[in-house]
Amino acid sequence: MTDTMIQSRGLRRVYKTRTSEVEAVRGVDFVVGSGEIVGFLGPNGAGKTTTLRMLTTLLEPTGGEATVAGCDLRDDPVGVRRRIGYVSQSGSTDPEALAGEEIVDHARMYGIGKTQAMANGRALFDQLDLDGLWGRKCKTLSGGQRRRLDIAMGLVHKPGLVFLDEPSTGLDPQSRANLWDHIRRLRDDMGTTVFLTTHYMDEADLLCDRILVIDDGAIVSRGTPEELKRGVRGDAVSLTFPHPDEATIVAEIASRLDGATEPIIEGAEVRFQVPDGARALPGLLRGMVDNDIDLSGVEVHRPTLDDVFLTLTGRSLREDNIEPEPTGQAA
Amino acid sequence: MKFTHDTWLVFSRAMRLSVRNPVWVIIGIMQPILYLTLFGPLLEPVANTPGFPPGDAWQVFTPGLLVLLGLFGAAFVGFGLIAEWRAGVVDRMRVTPAARGALLMGRVLRDIVVILVQGALLVLTAILMGLEASLGSILIGLGIVALLGGSFSAVSYGLALKLKSEDAFAPLLNGVLLPVMLLSGILLPMTLAPGWLETVSQFNPITYVVDGVRAIFRGDLASSEAGIGFAITAVLIALGVLYGTRMFRRESA
Repeated sequence: MTDTMIQSRGLRRVYKTRTSEVEAVRGVDFVVGSGEIVGFLGPNGAGKTTTLRMLTTLLEPTGGEATVAGCDLRDDPVGVRRRIGYVSQSGSTDPEALAGEEIVDHARMYGIGKTQAMANGRALFDQLDLDGLWGRKCKTLSGGQRRRLDIAMGLVHKPGLVFLDEPSTGLDPQSRANLWDHIRRLRDDMGTTVFLTTHYMDEADLLCDRILVIDDGAIVSRGTPEELKRGVRGDAVSLTFPHPDEATIVAEIASRLDGATEPIIEGAEVRFQVPDGARALPGLLRGMVDNDIDLSGVEVHRPTLDDVFLTLTGRSLREDNIEPEPTGQAA
Repeated sequence: MKFTHDTWLVFSRAMRLSVRNPVWVIIGIMQPILYLTLFGPLLEPVANTPGFPPGDAWQVFTPGLLVLLGLFGAAFVGFGLIAEWRAGVVDRMRVTPAARGALLMGRVLRDIVVILVQGALLVLTAILMGLEASLGSILIGLGIVALLGGSFSAVSYGLALKLKSEDAFAPLLNGVLLPVMLLSGILLPMTLAPGWLETVSQFNPITYVVDGVRAIFRGDLASSEAGIGFAITAVLIALGVLYGTRMFRRESA
């Protein structure tokens, strides 16, 4: 097995609509090593799914090239298909079909015999908390169960490389944690390489070995979660006061701190970043006592990937400002 | 062989789903059965009018209804594929190494089996109404109708993958099927039509298929009508499968 699982060189994709051309992916270069869990982090519409669909042979790249699981994407798409698993965002099963039948049929499309297909399917049902659902129609499964079934389908032929598109969307917190465990076990026990997309910061942070941050069709940053967080200028400090007047005075004091960013005042709240929040705070508090200012709340937190994203793109990446992603049906 | 293996997989999955939910198979057969029982009797006196083609009313009408079944039974299968596409099933199959042609052919074969079952029911009903035809004629006629259905089902799947929207698909089907049906002499033979209408109908390939199946039901198996009908059906299914496979192979946006 080679050490490189995915190598993308200038992969790009342009969607043509009637009136215009949209460059959904603007030439991305990256390498994914064997046995890594790599996360593609970005808001919806950033080009994550388009990139994934190109790498899984579903979409032809407008430009660039890639090697996936040792096969050239353009010259040997069948070789790529044989070696990868793919779990799409939009599901994979017919509502009227039985869960067990769907996974067995799917395995057999990879040339796996019926008995082996059953064994693989049953084992995955077991691992993904789907036991007892083998004979159930897919439409009777809950959203979380169906999502786990999708994931089981993508793994049933034991691929060396798995693409997961938003794997934990729609799962409750416990199912998400279980899924993460399962993904880690795939890597640890089987050496499987996992390439996933997510717009959840905690998922990228806790699960991924490495992260590629994508925004507006281009990779804006890459590294381990730690490296990325170190790139943010420091700890985020947030101070709340009884009155807005006091916030203005303290913002003035804070701006004189060593290495602090320009404080943002929002009503009676002041926010800024300093290299070492815990060390900066006592001095700041002393300054407030000297000026006879009451403080109603203080918060210091280590940078999160959300802060990373905010720093890189100037926009926050929270669930509540996510817009539906164009699925690219225009092309 | 890989293609056969993959086709069989797709076929048996599709067949299983159809058998489990036979409502559509029954709805599909209702239209021709209603035509046969509620419209067919009106044709018996018409069969004596000058210009009516050879054969009695049932020998003329049953083949027409069989072709109607082949057209309408198959043309709407694309709706099912749009639903499958939306559920992610089509893409899930397209990331497997399965042969693209098999993804189409498995489904087309299922539709052919359904049409054969429906066609056999239709012929049985027609026999009860008074149809007289040899078993050989019936089997060959059903075979041609099944092939015709296969071609329309393949095209229907191809168009479904292209349009990916029921709202665009439905008007397209109605816009194409209604003139094709009216201009093929399915309900009333074109020999009764005024000259201009008969001329227009000669540009419709389905006209020749209907004429061919009628000749076969009369027992004129070796007639040129039967030969032309079969040849046109063969061309239609070849083109249909070619087009449908291309759409499955083409990148999905």
